[in-house]
Amino acid sequence: MTTTPAPLLDDAVTASGPRRKRAAAKPRRERSVGLHILLAVASLYFLLPLWWLIVAGTKSTQGLFTGSGGPLWFDSNFALFDNLQQLATYNNGIYLRWLGNSFLYATAGGVGATVLAVLAGYAFAKYRFRGRTVSFMVLLASVMVPATALVIPTYVLFNNLGLTNTVWAVILPSLLSPFGVYLMRVYVQDAIPDELLDAARVDGSGEIRTFFTIALPLMRPAVVTVLLLSVVGGWNNYFLPLAMISDQTLLPVTVGLNAWQVQSNSATANSLVWNLVTSGSLVSVIPLIIAFLMLQKYWQGGLSLGSLK
Amino acid sequence: MSATSELETPARLPAALKRGTSLERKTARFGWVFLAPFAIVFLVFLVLPLGYAFWMSLHTNTLAGGEKFAGLANYVKAFTDQRFLSGMTRVAGFAVVFVPLQIGLALIFALLLDDVRTRLSRFSRLLIFAPYAIPGVIGALMWGFLYSPSFGPLVSFFDFLNVQAPDLLGRNSIFWSLTNIVTWQWTGYYMIIIYASLQSIDPSIYEAARIDGATKLQTALQIKIPIVTSSLVLTMVFALIGTLQFFTEPQVLAPLAGNAIDAAYTPNLYAYNLAFSYQQFNYASAISFALGLMVFLASIIFLIATRKKSGLN
Repeated sequence: MTTTPAPLLDDAVTASGPRRKRAAAKPRRERSVGLHILLAVASLYFLLPLWWLIVAGTKSTQGLFTGSGGPLWFDSNFALFDNLQQLATYNNGIYLRWLGNSFLYATAGGVGATVLAVLAGYAFAKYRFRGRTVSFMVLLASVMVPATALVIPTYVLFNNLGLTNTVWAVILPSLLSPFGVYLMRVYVQDAIPDELLDAARVDGSGEIRTFFTIALPLMRPAVVTVLLLSVVGGWNNYFLPLAMISDQTLLPVTVGLNAWQVQSNSATANSLVWNLVTSGSLVSVIPLIIAFLMLQKYWQGGLSLGSLK
Repeated sequence: MSATSELETPARLPAALKRGTSLERKTARFGWVFLAPFAIVFLVFLVLPLGYAFWMSLHTNTLAGGEKFAGLANYVKAFTDQRFLSGMTRVAGFAVVFVPLQIGLALIFALLLDDVRTRLSRFSRLLIFAPYAIPGVIGALMWGFLYSPSFGPLVSFFDFLNVQAPDLLGRNSIFWSLTNIVTWQWTGYYMIIIYASLQSIDPSIYEAARIDGATKLQTALQIKIPIVTSSLVLTMVFALIGTLQFFTEPQVLAPLAGNAIDAAYTPNLYAYNLAFSYQQFNYASAISFALGLMVFLASIIFLIATRKKSGLN
């Protein structure tokens, strides 16, 4: 691999260049009809559950079972606003608590993990300190440690400290992101030339100031990427809060929605909340979809960082 | 970047470099300053739990005897425990299906999207990636609904074809139903990684290939795929690690597919249930430690086996 990550990221950001023009050349069009059909079919497959979710979010529980339009079309009884109102009020509005908790866990864990990854990645890329090689090898190996192997012992440790069933039980373990450190190191290595930092040192800038005024601004694309991935990871986290939290009011939305599913599945008629499971799922994915759409250029370029070395 | 050239006139460069190296020794310790916060988190939330899991796995805890050293007894128990072994075999089976399926599809889509650049293809790229933004729990919930005989469209689809609908949540089809969910969820993520790496190829290589008369297929097979091998290896390792610790989807579908997914369906599910339903934390630790070790070894072996091809060290 001779390509460096930095220009790659720029490539993805601007999405321009000679290839784009060439691709628009005429003879391609006709031959690509088959390819387009294939892409359209694939898109339909990936869209199907999302479409189902949008439709299902607008149905009452009754409508989910016996809707007039079938599972993939709207029911004559459009219950979206009803569902939203129920979401806000059911069980004293616990759904809103769950959303708030998810937001807290994802942002606190994500921002914290990103700050640590930025500092550590910078250290690995730009300082030749004692123990660097060994530390980095340990870091690489730890990327392959399955997160779930840590959940049970962490639970027992936290339980001894009385920390289970608190927000810390979810936030603190989420600060660990070896892959984030790895991504930052790979990016910093090429995006910030040593000469630039040496020049700042010669001019009398301290290490900390050099980091904040010179290095950090150059790291921005990678910072946004790592932040996005960590926040999404936190929002989607399931196993950790499932193990750590049993207090209903501290659950994140993922665990809460599944609890509603279990409740509806084994329930008597008056605790059926299928409509809340579907509309709650719909509402909870909207922030992520928006984040991904707005930050397209970052994840599209940034995800490839890790594959280059 | 322009700052570099302004600060370093050729005359100053040697002096700057010399001072840089002497400074470097003084500043090297700052490496630890920057690394320290992460290092602490790493020690507390990775090294300590792993060590503690290992310690717990070497002990037994009984109401009568309390915590007692038991040597490898828990591991002996695990590797003779039919439920654990069948879970391991099952996730190994999942890995054999998931990894090639997901990475194969991801590669095909990435090559297609790299080749066809129209509005539809940009839209497809977003749609194929979209499931990655959906939490695994919600993905599993949605597919659970879609599979369901009482709400799902798939049943009416089979009715339409006049075919007896298979029980998608039954014992015979659950493996493939889970395969479908995971493929739907992750293919787009792997596709984007491979796609971004295809985008980084210098287009002049294609010009050269075209002049030599290479067809599109030949270009894909002989130029593009070899260049993106390191991305392929990386995504395969991710897929392998994810599959071996399979948990969320079977856990979410279990209430819907009662007799098809039991408490030990995957090793991770087994460890979770042992710990949280049966309070057997020591044995659960042994299971998750054994699983973690196998995941670790499997990925290392995979990396070593593909080292020559991937160029990763």
